[in-house]
Amino acid sequence: MKLQTLLMSVIALTICFTANLVWAGKIVIKGSTTVLPIAQKVAEIYMKDNPDVKISISGGGSGNGIKALIDGSTDIADSSRFIKQKEVKLAVEKGSYPVPFAVAYDCIVPVVHPGNNIMNLTMAQLKDIYMGKIKNWKQIGGHDRPVVVISRDTSSGTYEVWYKKVMQKKRVFPRALLQASNGAIVQAIATNKNAIGYIGLGYMTGSVKALKVNNIEGSAETTLNGTYPISRPLYMFTPGWPKGDTLNFINFLVHPEKGQKYVSEAGYVPLY
Amino acid sequence: MATSSHSGKSRYRTEKIIRITFFCISLASIATLALITIFLFMEGLPIFKEVSVKDFVFGQYWYPTDEPPDFGIFSLIVGSLSVTVVSSLISIPLGVLTALYLAETASAGIRQWVKPIVELMAALPSVVIGFFGMVLIAPFLQEVFGVATGLNLFNASLMLAFMSIPTICSISEDAIFSVPTELKEASLALGATHWETIARVILPASLSGITTAIILGMSRAIGETMVVLMVAGGAAIVPISLFDPVRPMPASIAAEMAEAPFRGDHYHALFATAVVLFLFTLLFNLAADYISHKYKQVGASTL
Repeated sequence: MKLQTLLMSVIALTICFTANLVWAGKIVIKGSTTVLPIAQKVAEIYMKDNPDVKISISGGGSGNGIKALIDGSTDIADSSRFIKQKEVKLAVEKGSYPVPFAVAYDCIVPVVHPGNNIMNLTMAQLKDIYMGKIKNWKQIGGHDRPVVVISRDTSSGTYEVWYKKVMQKKRVFPRALLQASNGAIVQAIATNKNAIGYIGLGYMTGSVKALKVNNIEGSAETTLNGTYPISRPLYMFTPGWPKGDTLNFINFLVHPEKGQKYVSEAGYVPLY
Repeated sequence: MATSSHSGKSRYRTEKIIRITFFCISLASIATLALITIFLFMEGLPIFKEVSVKDFVFGQYWYPTDEPPDFGIFSLIVGSLSVTVVSSLISIPLGVLTALYLAETASAGIRQWVKPIVELMAALPSVVIGFFGMVLIAPFLQEVFGVATGLNLFNASLMLAFMSIPTICSISEDAIFSVPTELKEASLALGATHWETIARVILPASLSGITTAIILGMSRAIGETMVVLMVAGGAAIVPISLFDPVRPMPASIAAEMAEAPFRGDHYHALFATAVVLFLFTLLFNLAADYISHKYKQVGASTL
């Protein structure tokens, strides 16, 4: 055991040492798990283009990201919400002014089986369905079939948007089925005529039908003009105006032909 | 004389080295297991600062990310137990009867073919079985039985039965096959038919082996993750019908662990769920061990 630990630490030390010698820049990114796939995807491409920059990314949630930003233990904080006044104050007291960058939009669309005749639901109807109040599709003008409600695991960012925007922090009823990914929801709905679920816009396929919400179709356009209700901007915060590698990375990320291309690949709506 | 004593010493030394090597290897595997167990408890126990053990085990609601959160895993435990029981109802008769057939009535030619095929079933990756249940069985259940969703307790149990049949069949078959021939011959010589011999002599003689097989099969079913994550539906409710969706413990852990904040309450709660699951499988394995020792068939005379 002891020998192994020693060996491991020697290896780790060697790696750290050479890393410091070889790589000039290092960017630390922490925060929201919703923004994590974007950061990961773009960082991968960025590091390929700039092999001298090392980017380390971790999740932990928006709150933890901003906490790290205040502590000064991260260069960029990912957040799926805007920074709170209290957090800004804390950061200023510690000597840095947080600067927000919108990096993408999150757009969640309700989906049903293509054989379902429902085309549109209001936010109130969606909430009632997910609270278990609407049990049959005929209650809202559909076929006489039971409603099978499919939700996401409670720790996912997609669930978080649904919980805040649609449920208004009321609980999804316990009988709702759970799927662990957007893909699994599509799979479950494509094979069940009774089912309703919700997915990120980037995961839409022909095997499920997207519903309009309050008569507005969920799309990149309605997300960007703010009319579609189940969407939100995603941010990265930096302590003060970014410099050096961090600035280069942010520029790369918000560039329409560079980073933003990969935003839609990660399942989100790009800024432009 | 001198050379022989020298070679004796060297042989002794080799023996000793080999013995120590093997001891260290077995120690390493035990140590790994022990460390995993310690880690499991270390990461799971802090949740009990937030909720009492009673509220955790018997709590009705599992809303780990709400404000304030609810950490009640009762429906998860019931989910795990229900899929295990229902899958055992399917897999025990099929597994044990297949084993009896293979050991007793099948011709050597058939046995030679069927046994490897049954054992090959154990090698099917669980994700393949889960996919099968999701894509084929779930729509089938919806069409034929008219149930609201095919992702439910029954579907999961069926898939788990698939996975535990090879375990049950293979171990039972070994137990039945190792019943001493003289027992069988004595029974037949006394005028018992083949069926009477199987029911009254062979089955009782191999009962401890079969019980061990069943319990190991069940512990495989309760710990299986991928299948229940994919086909059990995942609703954290106490099932009333066979076609209700359920959320067994492993499914909950697998679905939520990836995004639970490191060392947060949710993370600790998931580890505590794993501790409960661990205690269940430990209980199953201890039971299997106890039964296989207590009712061990040693020679023909103890029957």
